[in-house]
Amino acid sequence: MILVLALVVGVLFTGGTYLLLQRTLTRTILGLVLYGHAVNVLLLLAGGRAGAPPLVDGTNAPIADPLAQAMALTAIVITFGIGAFLLALAYRSWTLTGDDTAEDDVEDRRIAQYASDQYEEEMTRLAELKDLEELNDAEVAAFADRADGVEAAEPTEAAEAAVSADQRRDAGDPT
Amino acid sequence: MNVILPLLVVLPLLGAGLSMAAWRSVRIQQVLGVAVLTVCVALSALVTFEVATDGPFAVAMGGWQAPMGIVLVADLLSAMLLTVSLVTVLGVFVYAIGQPRADKGAYYFHALYLVLAAGVSAAFLTGDLFNLFVAFEIMLSASYVLITLGGRGEQVRSGMTYIVINLLASTLLVTTVGLIYAATGSINMADVAVRFADVPDGMQMALGALLLVTFGIKAAIFPLFFWLPDAYPTAPVAVTAVFAGLLTKIGVYAIIRTQTLLFPDGGGATLVLVAAALTMIVGVLGAIAQDDMKRILSFHIISQIGYMLFGLGLYTVSGIAAAVFFIIHQIPVKTVLFLVNGLVETVTGTAALHRLGGLLRRSPFIAAMFLLGALSLAGIPPLSGFFGKVALVQAGFESEAWVITGISIAVSVLTLFSMTKIWAGVFWGEPYEAPPLRSARGTGPLRAPALMNTATIALVAVTVAVAIFAQPLWELSVEASEQLLNAEANYIDVVLGR
Repeated sequence: MILVLALVVGVLFTGGTYLLLQRTLTRTILGLVLYGHAVNVLLLLAGGRAGAPPLVDGTNAPIADPLAQAMALTAIVITFGIGAFLLALAYRSWTLTGDDTAEDDVEDRRIAQYASDQYEEEMTRLAELKDLEELNDAEVAAFADRADGVEAAEPTEAAEAAVSADQRRDAGDPT
Repeated sequence: MNVILPLLVVLPLLGAGLSMAAWRSVRIQQVLGVAVLTVCVALSALVTFEVATDGPFAVAMGGWQAPMGIVLVADLLSAMLLTVSLVTVLGVFVYAIGQPRADKGAYYFHALYLVLAAGVSAAFLTGDLFNLFVAFEIMLSASYVLITLGGRGEQVRSGMTYIVINLLASTLLVTTVGLIYAATGSINMADVAVRFADVPDGMQMALGALLLVTFGIKAAIFPLFFWLPDAYPTAPVAVTAVFAGLLTKIGVYAIIRTQTLLFPDGGGATLVLVAAALTMIVGVLGAIAQDDMKRILSFHIISQIGYMLFGLGLYTVSGIAAAVFFIIHQIPVKTVLFLVNGLVETVTGTAALHRLGGLLRRSPFIAAMFLLGALSLAGIPPLSGFFGKVALVQAGFESEAWVITGISIAVSVLTLFSMTKIWAGVFWGEPYEAPPLRSARGTGPLRAPALMNTATIALVAVTVAVAIFAQPLWELSVEASEQLLNAEANYIDVVLGR
């Protein structure tokens, strides 16, 4: 008998876990209810072999453990009350959203979105910086060439482009 | 003396019943609640005084002696934590009275709040594993309703997560209690501790691990913390404040109590230390990523839980004493920070950093309150957090636990960094976007209702008092820690009446 009950506890816990992992609220609640049943059976099992009366009148007859039964009773009441509250909450969720599934956390999504936006922004900024640096290097080289008065060294195309772009900007040319 | 312990549980429940009866008049409920909680604070202070002078004591309910009957036990750990918790509960209650827009369903808020207080008292005082479960359930059932008070969409969503995860933890707790009963034949904690030595080693490990996981979910330690930053921020402000200050710490209390009783030679200490380190790091990194003030603070709850476990994991007198002191410091400080967040929300209508700014000029009072709380949290001298962290770090060095002590110091710096983030976002500069409340636009001064300010000042005063009386509190913490580590001669003897 004890082995059978132990198996029952195992099956109830397994079913409860499966249901608890679902995204539907009613299934989650049913999973918790199954857990409650599993625990109650387990508490009874903890009290030892079943069959004898829990209270006897002064005789030496074998008695069943009343404490385990009292604990199971308390656990049943608590699970029942909270189960009812959960169902009410699931109903509330259904009236608010018209859906019975667990929703995503908006703020979490926002932070994640923010992080990926930041990443992309940073990436584009870095890419731009890199372009600028290349231009700058070219400019520096061109400047150094001019300062040294070395006429033979022809400015590279990039530097030319940069310099002319600079000149256009200085002149207030909108292109 | 024997009447006081049950009174601490019964009085708030009675007050809750009377509040329900007086549902027509919010005023009567408010007066009743303040009266009941004030009496409870006085009683718990009396209990602490008694325990500090005469040592721990136990009361058998209905005259049934332990291990058969149900006992309430007060030792230094539970008495001190109970006192500081009830002070916080009272402070937040006054704050809630002062809030301007009464939340929908205000007429049952007060009753539920008192039920929560009763659950807190019961959890600290019970000497019985199954009653610990019942106490948690009393506290949590009240919290389930409080966290969804108002029934807005996001509250229902996060409330659902909160309830499911806590119900799961409670189910695990009953399972563990059932298994412990099967293994030892008792559920009286002292009796279980005596008989636990006869249980085979593997079974001891399994039961200890189950207890750690169960209470770990309630205390939000790594990797079981994910529900907390999701659930807390959506609740009404006063509710979040009291949850942040208390609920997780009761989980830590349960961990300390069960681990020291069942494993007097420090069985799972390494596991606790690893969990502590990861909790500290993950909590603080999570906090840095957030943009909402409530969420930053919620992640800090987790990070600070790591410090408490760090003290426990060292398993030395000074380590556990430091953990006890740290909890005592943490309960009011955490609450203060959430209350300040509530003040900010009351005057501006938001807690999002990118919508806030410049409150330093417009409301220097709120800024000052936040500064005191935040610096204390980060551990800047001469505030209370400094003493807590110094004690922990010293204990860590004494035990030569270099790695975790180093981590705790580094996390401290990161804590300060994320507090700076709040400071820069809320109090300095100008808002990027206009705050939602019309009255908060412009540059004029902003003021919260006087009663809310008073309650916040009172709790800040408590944190300052923890710093001022750090020496006597530390001595008491050391004594509490000695009682915990010599449970045989203290807790167990007292409960079993040997």
